Formats: sequence, C-alpha cells, structure tokens
Amino acid sequence: MTNHWIDIKNADSILIMGSNAAEHHPISFKWVLEAKDKGATVMHVDPKFSRTSARSDFHVPLRSGTDIAFLGGMIKYILDSESYFKEYVVEYTNAALIVGKDYGFKDGLFTGYDSKTRKYDKSKWNFEIDSEGNPKRDKSLKHPRCVFQLMKKHYSRYSLDKASATTGVSEENLMKVFKAFAATGRRDKAGTVMYALGWTQHTVGVQNIRSAGIIQLLLGNIGIAGGGINALRGEPNVQGSTDHTLLYHLIPGYMAMPLNTWQTFDEYNKANTPVSHDPQSANWWQHKPKYLASLLKAWYGENATKENGFCYDLLPKAEKGEDYSYLYLFDRMYENKIRGGIIIGLNPMNSVPNSNKVRKALDRLDWLVTSELHHTETTDNWKRPGVDPKKVKTEVFLFPSAHRLEKEGSVTNSGRWMLWHYQATKPAFEAKSFGDMFVGFMKRVQALYAKEGGKLPEAVLKMDYPDKYDPEELCAKINGHFTRDTTIKGKLYKKGQLVPSFTALGDDGSTSSLNWLYTGSYTEKDGNKSKRRSTKQTEMQKRIGLFPNWAWCWPVNRRILYNRASVDLNGKPYNPAKAVIEWNGKKWVGDVPDGGWPPMSSGKGRLPFIMHKNGVGQLFGPGRQDGPFSEHYEPVETPVDFNLFSKQLSSPCYKFVSSDMDKLARPADPNYPVVLTTYSLTEHWCGGGETRNIPNLLEAEPQQYVEMSPELAKEKGIKNGDGVIVESVRGRVEAIAMVTIRMRPLKVHGRIIHEIGMPFCYGWTTPGTGDATNRLTPSVGDPNTTIPEFKACCVNIRKADKLTELAT
Amino acid sequence: MKFNRRSFIKLAGSGTAYLALAQIGVSLTPVTAYAKDIKISGAKEIVTVCPFCSVSCHVIGYVKGGKLVSTEGDPDYPINQGSLCAKGAAMLSMTNSHHRLQKPLYRAPYSEKWEEKSWDWMLDRMARRIKDTRDKDIILKNKKGDTVNRLESMFLLGTSHAGNEECALAHQAMRGLGVVHMDHQARI
Repeated sequence: MTNHWIDIKNADSILIMGSNAAEHHPISFKWVLEAKDKGATVMHVDPKFSRTSARSDFHVPLRSGTDIAFLGGMIKYILDSESYFKEYVVEYTNAALIVGKDYGFKDGLFTGYDSKTRKYDKSKWNFEIDSEGNPKRDKSLKHPRCVFQLMKKHYSRYSLDKASATTGVSEENLMKVFKAFAATGRRDKAGTVMYALGWTQHTVGVQNIRSAGIIQLLLGNIGIAGGGINALRGEPNVQGSTDHTLLYHLIPGYMAMPLNTWQTFDEYNKANTPVSHDPQSANWWQHKPKYLASLLKAWYGENATKENGFCYDLLPKAEKGEDYSYLYLFDRMYENKIRGGIIIGLNPMNSVPNSNKVRKALDRLDWLVTSELHHTETTDNWKRPGVDPKKVKTEVFLFPSAHRLEKEGSVTNSGRWMLWHYQATKPAFEAKSFGDMFVGFMKRVQALYAKEGGKLPEAVLKMDYPDKYDPEELCAKINGHFTRDTTIKGKLYKKGQLVPSFTALGDDGSTSSLNWLYTGSYTEKDGNKSKRRSTKQTEMQKRIGLFPNWAWCWPVNRRILYNRASVDLNGKPYNPAKAVIEWNGKKWVGDVPDGGWPPMSSGKGRLPFIMHKNGVGQLFGPGRQDGPFSEHYEPVETPVDFNLFSKQLSSPCYKFVSSDMDKLARPADPNYPVVLTTYSLTEHWCGGGETRNIPNLLEAEPQQYVEMSPELAKEKGIKNGDGVIVESVRGRVEAIAMVTIRMRPLKVHGRIIHEIGMPFCYGWTTPGTGDATNRLTPSVGDPNTTIPEFKACCVNIRKADKLTELAT
Repeated sequence: MKFNRRSFIKLAGSGTAYLALAQIGVSLTPVTAYAKDIKISGAKEIVTVCPFCSVSCHVIGYVKGGKLVSTEGDPDYPINQGSLCAKGAAMLSMTNSHHRLQKPLYRAPYSEKWEEKSWDWMLDRMARRIKDTRDKDIILKNKKGDTVNRLESMFLLGTSHAGNEECALAHQAMRGLGVVHMDHQARI
C-alpha cells in the first residue's frame, strides 16, 4: 500500500476492484465503512456480488479479465471531461515529458516488438533528451509527442460502447463509476483504489494496476490522505516476505538479483544505479551501491572487504532473461531437471495452476523437505488418491512447525507497519520455528563443508550465519551495525553500534544491514521500534489517523508514500483539512516527508516521486515488459475470438510453459464456453492447508461449491444443491451447485456470456470436502511478474452422475 | 476513570481490586465471585499478530501455567480495535489443536508410511542431501564462460507465514548455497 489501513477512512470515493475486501480482509472494511459513514461513495466492480458489494453504494459486475477495457474507458472519460488535476499532472507526473520519435502503437502492438522472442525492445520508448541529459519537457502539454498527448491518443479508442461490449457492463453503469471516481480530481477530494489478487492474477495483471496508477496520477490522488494505490496484500507477512525477498528475481530491499552479465560488484552497480542530471530529481536509487555493500557485509561479515567486492563473486548469478518462478520450476521438475527442494508453509499442490501436472512433477523429486502445522496435499502428495506410493521415489521430510503464538519476531502489514509479536507459549509437541529449522540445517551443511570440502565451499563457509535462531538479534542485524568507528555528520558511532538511518549506510564496508529499507527500525536511541505502542500524535496527525508512534513503518516511518505530492509548490497542502505534510517556513510537519528538502518554489526542492529517476509519477511507464501504456488483451483462455480494441487477441508477451500437460482451450471454444474465476473464503486460508483442519472453520464452509446464475443453471439443467462436474481442457473438479443471483449473465460482444466462481481451498487430505480447483486453471503468466492467470479461464459445467470427491 | 471490560478484568485480577472497585462505588461481592471463575483471571496477556491476511490484526493471548487459555482481539491496536474475523477468532483452537503435527516425520523412498524421527536425525540427513545435491549439480560457469555459481536443481518455496527475521535468514541461506529457484505466496 502507498497508504495504510486506517487511512482508507480519509477517502471521498473508494473503488474496490479486483478485491472482495469485506470477506478477505474483513477488518479493513471497518475503515471503508467509516469513510462511507462520512459520505464517501463506495463502489465494487467485480464479477461476483459479495458482502463487499452488499455494503457498497453500488456493485458493478464485469467479465473477468476485462479490467483494462473498463479502466481505459475511465481514463478516456477523465481526459475528455477534463476532470484531471492539472497542476499536479503538469508538475508531478511525466505528462509534460517528450517521448522519442521511435515510439508508436499500431494494431495492438507498441513499436519494438519481436514476435520470435515475444519481447519488446524497450529502447524504442525512450524519452527525448536535451543537451544536459534530461528529458525534454513541454509544460503546456501541447507537444504532439508529450506523454499527455500520446496518452490522450492511446485511450481515445476506449469508447463507452466498446468498453461496454467487452466488459459486459452497461454504459450506464460504466458512467456511474467513472463520474463518481473522477469527482476526486479536485484538490480537496481524495479517491482510493483497493485491489488484490483479482487484479494481479491475470496475464495483464501489472497493466491492470498501471491503469489504476494512471487514473490516480491524473486525479492527483497519490501521496494524499485517503488516496493511493492500495494493494491489499493477501498473506500474513507477505509484505515482509517480499521486502526480505523469498523471490528469485530480487535480493533484499528490492535490488535486482545478480545476473551472469554483471560479474563483479562494480559491474552490478554500474548496470543498476540510475543516473539523473536533473538537480530537481532526488533519484534515490543513486544510493544503491551503499545498500548492496551493506547487505553483503551482513551476509559475509569480516570476509567481505572493499578489495574483494564484498564477496559479490561468491553469489549465484541468474542467467539473463531466465525465469525461475513457480511455473518454470514445476515445468523443469516435470522434465526431471530438479533433484530436491524445500517447501514450507505453502501448499502448491493446491495453489499452483494445473494441479494435475504439478502433482505429477513433485513425484519426480529425489528428496523434499516440508514444514507444516498439519498434513497437506503437498506433504502427502506421494500417497494421493490414484497413486501407488510404492512407485514414488521421493524421500520426504516433514517437520512440525510452530504456530504464530509460539514464537516471537516481527511481521510487516500491508501498510508497511513493522509489528512485533511476542511468544505466548512454547511450541506445542516437538514443533519448532522455521528459523530453528534453517539454522539447524545450515550449520550442519557448513560443518560438512568444513570437514569434507566440496564444490565452491567458500560460498558456504564464508557466510556470517548465526549459530542459534534469535529473532531479536536478527532484527537488529536487519537494521544494521557500524563495522568500525565511523563519524556521521560530526557524530561518532562506535564499531558494533546500530546504524541510525539508511542515510548513514556506506559503500565502503563501514556498515552492515540485511535490508536498507528497515534501517532506522532498531536504534541505539529507541531500541526495537516495532514494539512501540503509543497512540500519541499531534492534532494534524490525528485528523488523518497517522499514528506515527505506533510501531514503525518503512521507509523512515513514512506512513504515506510520495507525500511531497500532497502539497503545492510552496509546500502548502492541497487539502488543508486532511493535510499529510506542511512546510511551516522552517521545516516539514505532519508525516515524515519524502526527503527533508524545502518546497519546490525555493529552488532547492526535489520532485515528489523520489524513487523514479526523473522524480515524477509515470503516466507513461517505459519500464514494463508489455508496453508503456496499458492495453486491453483478452485472457489467454477467452470465450470470444476477437478483440474490439485491436487485432491482437491476447497479450503478445504473456508467459507460458508447454509440456504435454499444458493444454489450452482455443479462443471461443464451444466445448468450454463458460468463464471461471476463483477466490478465497473468509473461513479458509488460501489452499486451506491449515483452516480445513480446524473444526469450527470447516463447519462454516465445509465443501467445494460453484456459484452460478439461475439462467446458466436452467440452461444446463442444474438445480441448487446438485453435484456437478466443472471441466476445463486440463482437468475436472467436482462441486456442489450453488445457484444464485450473485453471479450474473453478462452481455458481451452482443451475446450472453456466463461466468461461474469457485473457491480453491479444498483438498483431498480433508476427506469429503473436494479437491483442488486449480486442476482447472492454466500455467500462463503475466510478462512482468509471471503471476499465473488464476482469475479467468474457460470451462464447462454439467450435472454429475456420481460424486467421488465430495461427501454426500 | 475510563472503565472498560479489559481494564476491569485487569483490576479484578490484581491485588488492588477491592480498593479500585471500592473507589468507583461498585458492589464487590458478586463481581469478585464471577472474576474468580472466568478462565482468563490471573492469566498473563501476550500480544501477538494474527497470522492471516496482512491487515495484521493484533490478538491477545492469555496464558496461565504455560498454557494458552484464551485469545481475543487487542482493543488497543488502532487498526482492528479488538475486532477479529472468523479466522482470527479461531486462534485458540488453531494453536491448541491436537490435529497438529506432533513429531518430525520421515517417508523413505517407495515407502507407504511415515516414520517418527528426531529433529537431529532429520536435520543431519537433510544437510547430507543438500550437500550431495550441491556438490553434484552446482554450475560454476555457464556456456559462455561467465561465473554463475548456480544450484539450479534445488529450490525453496515459501513462506509468507515466516517472520521478517526468518525470511532474511532463509534468503541468505539459499543464496549462499547458490539457489536461484526461490518463490513464495507473493507470486500466487
């Protein structure tokens, strides 16, 4: 989230799209309802009517996978009606920047596309540069190649009739949402966007969110109270686990994973440190070498020196352009290229698409280590129904895992608040924490290398890895220490003392930090700030519910990101009633500003979007794999065979794997005419591996079902409560029919398209509840993130003759 | 004096209960009798964070004699203000569930059953598996001759259920071994 949970109450207009917040982030809705009580308009755009819809001012059903047609229509409306916040757009976004002559867009493709590699040459989208090396600007926004004009042209095609015919939303309903949200393009109004996996889990996932980013920048809604782009992160500590990076393509603190093309510390820094010649741009990533050096010092301790590139040479280097995410991992496993691995606190045999394939793939491992609270479809895959264990070679280790209340440590919520949880009781039975498990096996691996030698032993042995899992000590290590006596701004810090802020991190080996974003969270002065529980705040902070003294949030306890965009050039808040920061003539008051520089009018200021090289919000986003503007493409499996916006039916860059089990239905396949979307439940957690084993939760949601409209039910001869088979080209799933007006038939391309919805939390280890819905979904992913397209695929549905997976 | 159920319980559970209650003019006898019976009287309050969606509602665990006897939403936490959803409200039964895995389990290749083992046995064997895999498969140079130090044949999946400190440790371990196939809930 750019903002945080409580801040939702400051919104005048709330667009919930790609999320069912009331059911999946139930307590977040407290703040939605508070905004509504104060007069905010709450809108829910989602294929299914849910408890979120019930509490919204209006619900607008749309066909899964058509969000960009909807949002593109909204961008066109904002531009045509001139609802945008002009001063903000001119000063704080890249609207005025001139794009180079190579940029173009034709027939659904941007310039630079190579159909063989399915990739773009992004240099075709560069800005035009002046003699000082800065992008050229036209603040009148009239230059035909300025971002504003290109954007106008791009979205001029998103007419109401095409948006309506594509999404299945009536023109009247489209206008209702467009008008209510565009009304926040005023300096004294705020609109917020709440999204979740309903936006990310598409082959155009990133561009769904880009579309919202464009809308929020046009309306001046980023950086302000009640605004922002708010990803409702779905998992317990998924913000923290992303920051600390259990992901292949990054190292902690959002730095790129080293690649084979960056062989040395210097080569890495040269390729990854942006350079700006604009004195008004903070270009914060210019500091990256300090963060990398500090990370390597934390990893390799005394062994990391400036002379040896801080042991950068020892790190693995990913192959440039290679993808090591789930889809490709399971494909390689299926091809017998993976020997063993570790799966903890995760149930991919239920939660990764095309379950029939991934379950077979897992059989091909030599060894597998798991750590869980209960047996799951993953830990017990070797004895799943229909499989003879005597034929499965995998050696499986299953460790009993400690529950949250049985361990202490910090987690980070969606609003970037770092929160300490204390240990209530000792782990039950013989359970232990993941931390104990990692230290347990890594110390043993180190001992084996010390004794026996082996391949590249120094990469293992030179690591500064703890002998014992101590979360408090690690929390301090994440913040970082001085590795020698160092003077910062006239103050001497002794070797071993905690680093006070990331501005004190050095690229010379003087500091260590496991994650620069968290530097400042644990200091000599205040101790572990994630433990703070003070509700103290100034009147100004209280008006917007900032709570700066409760816990700590990254970066530098800044509660609302890009907050320098909430004030005018003189540092005065656009909306004084809900001011985030204000320049009082000497300093900023309110939230921690995005850098302490004075306001822009002083001539010494810095532009608000400090993480971008040019300091401005990116209406034009030349860094994405699939284009600098969003464009509607159909889901990979689609019930239609043409696209009203271009000749390009699906994303030209989407990712896929192509084993014999990765079948796809062809567009508008008459065998699979129904759209399927999938979702979580309030009572069950994701793949259900824990919650299905809790009797009170299982009782509330006991069995696999499918929600379908009365119209579709009639067409298929299905009654409420009937057992049905849902089938895609990849697999079939049994479910109980829930015939409900919560699902609506949609008029798409002039005919009726039906959509159905299913939860994905049930699995065979809880007998009678059903089994993986993801046996239906395809292994295709977004070109930027490789997040799979769980939210839209094509199926058929029929009454079952008999049921084997469900208790009846 | 602000007087809510929690502060009342705190008072009732402490030695100063009579004095405090007398000060605010409450009839003592029936209340004291009730407080003696409720399961959280005298329990230690421990603040934790719900392990589900990232609203991160705060939960108070009540511990008596080393046992978790009750859980409820933390009314002081400014985000959830004491509220919990169905999952958060089930924290007590989740933690105390006897359905939970109790011992480390091992399944040998081609075996039809789990066997109970000790943590040490399991960790020793796991470490051996990792080292052998690494020594056999690590790719020191790619086809172009670039140094890559990559262990492609081993992977880590998960988990956002881990705390920040655990994630930091897990990432460091994997990069130290050369693992590149690493992913978790953030991508699904």
